[in-house]
Amino acid sequence: MHFGPHLLLAALEGLVTSAVLALTALGLSLVFGVMRIVNVAHGEFFMLGAVLAWAISTAISGHPAIGFVAALVIAPLFVGLVAFLAEWLVLRRLNYNPESTIVATIGMLYIIQQLALTFYGPEARPVEPPFSYRILLPWFGYSGYKLSVVAASAILLVITWLVLTRTKIGLIMRATQYDRETAQAFGIPVERVYAGVFAVGAMLAAIAAVLIVPISQAHYLMGQDPLLLSFIVVIIGGLGSLRGTVVAAVLIGLSDGIISMFFSPTLAKIIATLVVAMVLVFRPQGLFGTAPR
Amino acid sequence: MADKNGFFDLSKTTLSRRTALKGIAAGAGLALAPGFVRYSQAQSSAPIRIGFQSHRTGIGAAYGRWYEKTSAAAVKAINDAGGIGGRKVELVIEDDGTDPARGAEVVNKFAKQHKTDIVFGTLFSHVVIGSAPAAGENKIPYFVVSEGHHVASTKLNRYVFQPGITDVKSQIQSMAPWIAANAGKKVTQIFPDFAFGYDHRDYLPPALKAQGADVIAQIAIPPTESSFTKYFPQIPAETEVIYHVMVGPAVLTFVKELGEFYGSQRPQLFGFMDSLEATDINSPGLEFLDGSHFWEGSPRYAQPDDSAAQKAYRAAVGIDDNGAAVGDPKDVSTASHMFGCWETLYVVKKAMEDAGYKGPEDRAKLVEATEALKEFAEGPEHPQGPKTFNGKIHQCFGIQNISKVEGGKLKVVHKTKIEDGLYEPEGDYTKQAL
Repeated sequence: MHFGPHLLLAALEGLVTSAVLALTALGLSLVFGVMRIVNVAHGEFFMLGAVLAWAISTAISGHPAIGFVAALVIAPLFVGLVAFLAEWLVLRRLNYNPESTIVATIGMLYIIQQLALTFYGPEARPVEPPFSYRILLPWFGYSGYKLSVVAASAILLVITWLVLTRTKIGLIMRATQYDRETAQAFGIPVERVYAGVFAVGAMLAAIAAVLIVPISQAHYLMGQDPLLLSFIVVIIGGLGSLRGTVVAAVLIGLSDGIISMFFSPTLAKIIATLVVAMVLVFRPQGLFGTAPR
Repeated sequence: MADKNGFFDLSKTTLSRRTALKGIAAGAGLALAPGFVRYSQAQSSAPIRIGFQSHRTGIGAAYGRWYEKTSAAAVKAINDAGGIGGRKVELVIEDDGTDPARGAEVVNKFAKQHKTDIVFGTLFSHVVIGSAPAAGENKIPYFVVSEGHHVASTKLNRYVFQPGITDVKSQIQSMAPWIAANAGKKVTQIFPDFAFGYDHRDYLPPALKAQGADVIAQIAIPPTESSFTKYFPQIPAETEVIYHVMVGPAVLTFVKELGEFYGSQRPQLFGFMDSLEATDINSPGLEFLDGSHFWEGSPRYAQPDDSAAQKAYRAAVGIDDNGAAVGDPKDVSTASHMFGCWETLYVVKKAMEDAGYKGPEDRAKLVEATEALKEFAEGPEHPQGPKTFNGKIHQCFGIQNISKVEGGKLKVVHKTKIEDGLYEPEGDYTKQAL
């Protein structure tokens, strides 16, 4: 294959990775930004979304698109509910202490993962894409669904941005992020904001998972990679910065796609990790982050 | 440090005659108690305990579940027929998380804590390689059902055996003539980037060369990869056959993306069933495999010429004509590998009875008795087919199936012969000390 089409394929693959990564990392970043909690169980909310998508789409017969749309609505809501309960039952009792919550979310990670293994099983199960259109390029074929994932992700990112910057809920969230105590003094119900943010963060991961599950299957261990990559993205972009998260996700996704196609996937991971190390050394707050108060 | 209270001064602790007599009486009473009587008979009637190192969690979990089902069925059949040497057989299961480090811990646990007679049942090659030294150190026989070439390479130790499933090197050698004659001469290989994949990387090129065909590209894929399109441009345009071996949960993605990449104008495909074990061949996206060929250890779908033994085995394990669990068509088995558990347990039975095995003190005798085995006839104990066993390399050799995907099923189109897969031994375990 010639260089041009080769690069095009690499960029397309990278874009799909970026799209899903941006949504997942955004959830992680939001939770950290507002609550100052490192949610290690974030990848498991992603997995839970995928597993539920499978369960919902197999329960609904008829055209695959019906099941998929149902999954896209129900799975994130359910995951959000699980996260809401986890926040209420566990994190709130720990007073959002940074160290304790890390340990607690590690515990959640194992509980969710093992429950999935027990009730869903060890198999990788596929979900049929809502449509299967193959875009025929002169050099190779490409999945139309994959491109639609990129579009869907972009739309969701814009919506999140609008909510954060143009609505009252967004204003309250930003206020809580900026200064928790002052926000409380102004009558903002900080605990309710925390519960909501934790649920929304998990829902973003679940939406990303439902979008990706027709491409790669639902499996109970699938949460590990997104968690690691999300951390990389969030560290590079700056914890709590929406813009930084998106830019870093596109950067990591594209470089992963291109480097692993022209060199090797291992090299792509090495470079991503190296970038993280460099960012931590020279700009600990991340590319777009502000120094923690 | 002064010993003020005299805790360590033995001269201060006085042992009266009366106390001593009491102690002796109590000891004698214990020895005569019913519990001890039963214990002294243990060697003749207590069950034989087989430590089952199972992939209950981790990437091998789907295999682990079916390995457990098959082994439980084999143990039931053995016990219903009188057990091993008149003793019942009992499986002690421990999860190794499909992880080599935990695998070694589990072997130690079997040897030291559970004190099982043998260890059995491991599939993933990296777990076998990680656990084998522990089996050697504990001098506990370790019967694996792994398919990799590591046992037969004689790089492990004298306590490791693979008597129930043919190794990859032999499988490849026996199938290469068919690939060269029927699929194509220019082959591109796609394999997982770890031990099991390396067996394919190393043994396919010479085996094809001998048939006048060539491997023109080799593409290694990290085992945790979840997206594959980026590897496909490395497949040379003149490729006539893509030879694919994948393991792990991402194989469906692999096939689907291959389908999107090539569409209908694809090269021939030849795959190892390992790619699709525990996966329904009619899953969305797998239509692309229609007309392609697969290696199968034991056919997933019931074949018209199945032997009575094969039918009985399928019924005992509980799989229907489509190779899925009876009553749950979505629960697809790992038919190409799990028969090895059934057959290995019968080899253990034969070897234990030959050795007059009584307990862990006879483990060395069990090793020698296993090494003395020569062949296993096809029948209820070996439903996959006849096998020969080479005691020097601890490896069995059997027939292989090549199946075609046709109408949503796998139909066996070619069966190899045992001779096709024989090779010169690379070493001799029997020269190692016991």
